Amino acid sequence: MSDLEDHLAQIPHAAAIGMTFVSRGANTCVVRVPYAEHLVGDPDTGVVHGGVITALLDNASGMAVRTDPNEFTEGRSMATLDLRIDYMRPAQPREDLYCEATCYRMTSNVAFVRAIAYHDDPTDPIASSVATFMLGTKAEPRP
Amino acid sequence: MKILAELREQGRGQDMQALVDHLPYARFLGIRIARLGNEITTVLPFADHLVGNVRLRALHGGVIGAFLEITSIVQLLFDTSCERLPKTIDISIDYLRSGRAAETYGRAIVTRHGRRVANVRTEIWQEERSAPVAASHGHFLLTPA
Repeated sequence: MSDLEDHLAQIPHAAAIGMTFVSRGANTCVVRVPYAEHLVGDPDTGVVHGGVITALLDNASGMAVRTDPNEFTEGRSMATLDLRIDYMRPAQPREDLYCEATCYRMTSNVAFVRAIAYHDDPTDPIASSVATFMLGTKAEPRP
Repeated sequence: MKILAELREQGRGQDMQALVDHLPYARFLGIRIARLGNEITTVLPFADHLVGNVRLRALHGGVIGAFLEITSIVQLLFDTSCERLPKTIDISIDYLRSGRAAETYGRAIVTRHGRRVANVRTEIWQEERSAPVAASHGHFLLTPA
């Protein structure tokens, strides 16, 4: 198991929505959420809820920050500062979701990430997002 | 959406609990609606499957985003009792502090309601309303029935 796969396996909500690791690059990673009935947002159409796409984009974006071992050492904590999502077209019922996230800039304090969610063609996205992460945050529960 | 038309016919167009009970994903998260007069608050009881960081026992960022989005849409439907589920065009989320292993509450304000687009601002908090966990603003497409 790779470190990213291992990291994903330790996230209860990621497991609850069936998120799995697909692949990684120098500063990118791809994550998948298979279609499931409990993720449906509109029972008339069977389309997955936008919140599932939010969770997928957020999780994959965080993982893209962790892809660079020189910049991001294991055990270092980070926190999402903000996440902006544009929904471009409706998801299709009974189709798996994929997300490709790219950490395109990392400073000593902040990481900048772009991501897209799609079914099978990244050039025909369902949603896209930009996120920033604060690096080196406290790794203990808030008092 | 069938459920919205049915609720409206039964004079329960503002019964948002019946609506969220009808949405599989809202049920999976465990969202409830607390209503006092013409004000609604969404409630997200803590559950282990909502955790994003085991060490911190913090809520997953995606759960926070989903709860903000559902709170926004529920408020929009409560205010307008429209027959279609509004579609999210975009949503922008500020994560303000980590969501702890506790019950979370949400309130939204429809800041502008046009013919086709509505703007909604939402905040969620835990113990203290003045210390929100996250805030969002989003644009929602209102499609005619």
